[in-house]
Amino acid sequence: MIISIVSGKGGTGKTLVATSLALSLKDSHKVVILDCDVEEPNDHILLKPVITGSEPVNIQVPGIDEKKCTYCGKCAKVCVYHAIAVLGNHVLTFPQLCHGCGACSYLCPEKAISEEPRQTGVVEWGHSDGVGFVHGILTVGEAMAPPVIRKVKEHANGNGIVIRDVSPGTSCPVVESIKGSDFCLLVTEPTPFGLNDLALAVETVRKLEIPCGVVLNRAGVGNAGVEEYCRKEKIPILFTIPLDTEIARLYSRGIPLVDGMPQWKNRFGQLFDRIKEIVDERNRGIKR
Amino acid sequence: MREIVVLSGKGGTGKTSIVGSLAALAERKVLADCDVDAAVLHLLLNPSVKQDNEFWSGQVAHIDPDKCNQCGLCQELCRFHAIRDFQVDSVSCEGCGFCSHVCPVEAITMKENLAGHLFVSETRYGPLVHARLGIAQENSGKLVAQVRQRAKQIAQEQNLDYIISDGPPGIGCPVISSLSGASLALLVTEPTLSGMHDLERVIGVCRHFGVPALVCINKYDLNEENTRQIEAHCSVQGVDVVSNIPFDNVVTRSIVQGVPVVDYSDGRVTREIKRMWGILSAMLGNGSRG
Repeated sequence: MIISIVSGKGGTGKTLVATSLALSLKDSHKVVILDCDVEEPNDHILLKPVITGSEPVNIQVPGIDEKKCTYCGKCAKVCVYHAIAVLGNHVLTFPQLCHGCGACSYLCPEKAISEEPRQTGVVEWGHSDGVGFVHGILTVGEAMAPPVIRKVKEHANGNGIVIRDVSPGTSCPVVESIKGSDFCLLVTEPTPFGLNDLALAVETVRKLEIPCGVVLNRAGVGNAGVEEYCRKEKIPILFTIPLDTEIARLYSRGIPLVDGMPQWKNRFGQLFDRIKEIVDERNRGIKR
Repeated sequence: MREIVVLSGKGGTGKTSIVGSLAALAERKVLADCDVDAAVLHLLLNPSVKQDNEFWSGQVAHIDPDKCNQCGLCQELCRFHAIRDFQVDSVSCEGCGFCSHVCPVEAITMKENLAGHLFVSETRYGPLVHARLGIAQENSGKLVAQVRQRAKQIAQEQNLDYIISDGPPGIGCPVISSLSGASLALLVTEPTLSGMHDLERVIGVCRHFGVPALVCINKYDLNEENTRQIEAHCSVQGVDVVSNIPFDNVVTRSIVQGVPVVDYSDGRVTREIKRMWGILSAMLGNGSRG
């Protein structure tokens, strides 16, 4: 089962929930955590994994063989990302703009374009106290997170529980991260900012037709807007974490909640049981 | 005219609360919300929308089922796995157009894509340019570039001193688009190990694009040992820490009221943000009236 931890708004507690959920389930299940927030990965700070392997992430960018090139300009014409320009007897490439679609090399009439790898990040994997661990790191200065996220997802092999920690927002990195999930856990806080971005996250998971439930973090501050919204939209609030400076301090020191306060373990176990019920129920519905 | 962009790397460190407060403190400015996929600045500024422009960007492949002979070439060549069973998954399609060029029966056309909206609004603090990227859309960086361009145009037309923009979290495409060519980046962090790790990466992005950076440590008293480490680390990196803002629930209460914290309270958070604006405006040189 694949569970994605999503939020819309940043800083609502995705990493806290993802790491504690993984640690609470590891004794009874095979668990892998995937840190798909490749722009700012943080799970390793809490889990301190032993890294056992790594692999560069490359995208394929055009390399021009000037001996074969006739400067016909076809490549520049087909490239919608403006990553190739042909000026007189010169071909200029802008590898940072290339999405690696492969159109230029395939369509070049002279077969003068080969594809060369350009590294935009790295994927590392290992384990932390019985939890499988994978994260991706986008190179600083690079713009495109999705190729790194795709690579991270390839490293989770099927069985057991996969927990994906997703970046904030609602655009391409989020969509790439949650695609293929069985369930999305939406972490929010009871403020107008939290509510605004929760509603965007709900639209995103609904567009991808993934069932979801809410974790309300820092409960006790703010207002009742999130609860009213969830009632109206019939989205279950599956889990509540109170505003507690002790919890914030543990996080600030990089200590997972369930390590600092082991009494939370049971509650995370129950959270998983609720998620499993919802997913099983839905799967039965689909089979019918 | 000077452009300040507020970034953080890690989300939820307080960017929007700071930008809302700077909106109230700075004079002669235009505001820009560059967090186009989860914009919230409008919740503090209560804008009335004056212009609503459609943002058309990128294309999506469309297969005409009457022409398609189901040869499967498009599916085989698409690097983004966006075609399955001779249908295009518009969420996965990156609009490269490769499929439309290779289709032997010309069954694939590329259609323009309505990717969002760009708004120009009036607020009690001055003009605001903001946007709304459609759900699960690409090209957030392009929309950010348009927000900045429009803000710049307004600043020039009205001869304003500042563009103050609220940036997105992360370090990827929309962040780069918010940052490149700005006068100054204010990096809002918090004294958590995650905040510190993410700050280091966003400092790297500022350096990569040659934009000077200053750091503000929000909720500094949540973990004062970490705060001292951030200060030491920034000093090694040659980046100044201009402000330490205390943790106070008054910030959350001001968000609930939909008002920038400096207009909601006279307490220590407000005093510290005012002090910070004094430093920023002095450093930026022109139009300092903070």
